[in-house]
Amino acid sequence: MTLTDNPVADAIETSPPGTVLSHLHPVGSFDVADHDVPTGREEIWRFTPLKRLRDLHSDAAYSAGATTATWNTQDGIRVENVDGDEARGLRGVSGLVPNTRFVARVLAEVPTTLLVDVPAEVELAEPIVVDLTGSDASVTEAAHVALRFGAHSQAVVVLNHVGHASLAQVVEVKVGDGAQVSVISLQDWADDAVHLTHHEASVGRDSTYKHVAISFGGSVVRMDSNVHYAGPGGSAEMLGLYFADEGQHLEHRLFADHTAPRTKSHVVYKGALQGQGAHTVWVGNVLIRKVAEGIETFEENRNLVLTDGCRADSVPNLEIETGEIAGAGHASATGRFDDEQLFYLRSRGIDEPEARRLVVHGFFNDLIRKIGVPSLQEQLMATVEQELAKNVLKDAQPVVAG
Amino acid sequence: MSTLEIKDLRVSVNTEDGPKEILKGVTLTIGDGETHAIMGPNGSGKSTLAYSIAGHPKYDITGGTVTLDGEDVLAMSVDERARAGLFLAMQYPVEVPGVSVSNFLRTAKTAIDGEAPKLRTWVKDVNTALDQLNLDSTFAQRSVNEGFSGGEKKRHEIAQLELLSPKVAILDETDSGLDIDALKVVADGVNRFRALEGKGVLLITHYTRILRYITPDYVHVFVNGRIAEQGGPELADALEAEGYDKYLKAGV
Ligand SMILES: Nc1ncnc2c1ncn2[C@@H]1O[C@H](COP(=O)(O)OP(=O)(O)OP(=O)(O)O)[C@@H](O)[C@H]1O
Ligand SMILES: [Mg+2]
Repeated sequence: MTLTDNPVADAIETSPPGTVLSHLHPVGSFDVADHDVPTGREEIWRFTPLKRLRDLHSDAAYSAGATTATWNTQDGIRVENVDGDEARGLRGVSGLVPNTRFVARVLAEVPTTLLVDVPAEVELAEPIVVDLTGSDASVTEAAHVALRFGAHSQAVVVLNHVGHASLAQVVEVKVGDGAQVSVISLQDWADDAVHLTHHEASVGRDSTYKHVAISFGGSVVRMDSNVHYAGPGGSAEMLGLYFADEGQHLEHRLFADHTAPRTKSHVVYKGALQGQGAHTVWVGNVLIRKVAEGIETFEENRNLVLTDGCRADSVPNLEIETGEIAGAGHASATGRFDDEQLFYLRSRGIDEPEARRLVVHGFFNDLIRKIGVPSLQEQLMATVEQELAKNVLKDAQPVVAG
Repeated sequence: MSTLEIKDLRVSVNTEDGPKEILKGVTLTIGDGETHAIMGPNGSGKSTLAYSIAGHPKYDITGGTVTLDGEDVLAMSVDERARAGLFLAMQYPVEVPGVSVSNFLRTAKTAIDGEAPKLRTWVKDVNTALDQLNLDSTFAQRSVNEGFSGGEKKRHEIAQLELLSPKVAILDETDSGLDIDALKVVADGVNRFRALEGKGVLLITHYTRILRYITPDYVHVFVNGRIAEQGGPELADALEAEGYDKYLKAGV
C-alpha cells in the first residue's frame, strides 16, 4: 500500500473573518419543517446512495418494534426503555440540535428512549452490552438512545446491531466531568439492513471519551459520529474499523468540534474493501473554534483495497479559527496490497493467500488492540478472518494458527 | 547436497522506454557447501541477480536457466522457491506493519517445514537466534522491520537465515550500513550457517570489508550485467587495491 502523510495544509479550509460559513457551522433546529428533504447534492449527503435509504432520510414512516433491545443488567445501573416526559427530557441531552431532517424527526416523533444511566463515580468492571436485534427490514423504524455517564464514572457500553432492519437512529452521549467512557457501536447487520445513525457526544471537562465504530454488515450503513466539548481538557478518541463487501455502502462521517480550550481529538479509521461495488466513505471533519486554544487533533484514515471494482472515498477536512493550537495533523491513504510486502513474506516460504492474510491482520491489528475490550478484540479478529475467507483466502489451504 | 546452477541468465525490467536488459548472460554454479562472493559497482545488476533467483515479479527472465539440485527454479512461484531451499537476505528488508516478528517467524518456519515447529524448542530457538545476533527478546513482539534501524534489519535477516536453514542463501549487501561490531555479529551468523553440512552461500557485496570475516571459495567481479572476471579470495584483495576502474574502462 502506498501511504501518504499529507502536510496539514492540504486539508485546511481557510475561513477569513466575514466570509460565508462552511458546512461545519449549520444552524440547527428541532423543528422538522426547518429541514428540507436532502437531494443528494448537499455536501453532507453527496456520497450517500439516497435511493437505497428506504426514505429513512426523508419521510418514511417511523414505526417501532421490529428491532428489539436486550441487555445485561448490572447493579446500580439503569438500562431501560423510558417514555413520556422522561423520554422528552432526554431529547438533546448531549447538546444535540438537529441539522438533518432524520435527526429532527427522530427527536420529534419517537416516543421512547433507550436510556443507559451510569451514576456519578460508579466504576463498572464489565461492559454493558445492548443487543439491538432487527427482525424485519421491510419495516422502516426509528430509535432514540441516550447514554448518560455521571461525573467521574468509568464504563464501557457496547451497542451490538444484528439482524434485519431499516433503522433511523440517534444516539446521544453525555460524558460527565472527569468520566472515562467507551461507547462501541458494532454494525454486524444482515445483508438487507439499512442503518442511518447519528451519534452525538458531549465530552465533559477533563473527561475521556472513546467512540468505536465497527461496521461489517448491512446494505447501507451511514454513521455520523460527532463530539463537542462541554469544558476544557476533554479528550476524544474515535476509532473505526470497517470491511465492505460486494455492493455494500459503509459511510462514516466524523466531526470533532473543538468548542473548548485544551481539548483533544484523535481519529483513526481503517477499512478494507472487497468485491464489485463495495463502497466506503470516510469524512473527517475537525473544527477548531476561536475559543479552543491549545487543542490537539490528529485524524487518520487508511483503506486497503483487496479486489477490483471497489471504491474508497477519504476526505479529511480541518477548519481552524484560532492560531493558538498545540498540534493538528492528518493522514489519509488508500491502496492495494503492497507487492513488496507480499514478496517479502512469500520469499520466506509463506504462500500467497497466507501472506495476504498476514498483511490484512497486520493492517487491523494495532487498531483492534486499541479498543480495550479483550473479548470484543478476539471476536473482531475472528470476524476479519471470516471476511477474508470470502475473497482473499477463497482458494487457501487451512491457515496456520495466528 | 545442494547445487545452485545459473546458466546464461538474461533478465530485463520494464521501463518507460520499453524493456531494458540488465543481466546479459550470467553463468555461475554454487556447488555443495561453497561460498561465492559477487562484487561489483553500483548498478551493475547484483540485486537484479538476487531478486531474479528469488522470483521478484518486477524482473522478466528473457533467457537462461536456474536450477537447484536439478529442479527448475524459474518454474516455481516465489514461495515454492523458498520451500525448495532458497533464501534471500534482502538489501532493503520490507516493513510489514502489525505482523509481529514472532508470528512471522513461526508462520515462515511452518511453511518451510510443512508442519508447525514444536512449541517449546521453537521459543528457545528463536530466543537463541535473536540473542546471537544481539537482538533483545522484545524484538519478537515488534512488527516486522517496522522502525528497525538499518543494522537491526540486516541482523534480523540473518536470524531468519539461521532459523529457516535453507540450502542456499543469497545475501544481498547484508554488510552495507553496518558498523564494525554489527558486521562481526552478522559474519559470525553467516559462518555458523556455512559450518552446517552442504550449505551454499552467494554473498553479494560492494566492499571487501566483509570478506575479511567470511572467506569465500570464489570471487566473481560483476560489471554491467555480466561476470567480468573470477578467481579465488585473492581477487578480492586485488579489487581492494585497484577498485573496479579497469573493468569499467574495459567496457565489458
Ligand atoms: N525499473 C527500472 N527502470 C530502469 N532501470 C532500472 C529499473 N530497475 C532497475 N534498473 C537498473 O538496473 C540496474 C541494476 O540495478 P541493481 O539494483 O541490480 O544494481 P546493484 O548492482 O544491486 O546496485 P547497488 O550496488 O546500488 O545495490 C541499475 O542500473 C538500475 O538503475
Ligand atoms: Mg543492489
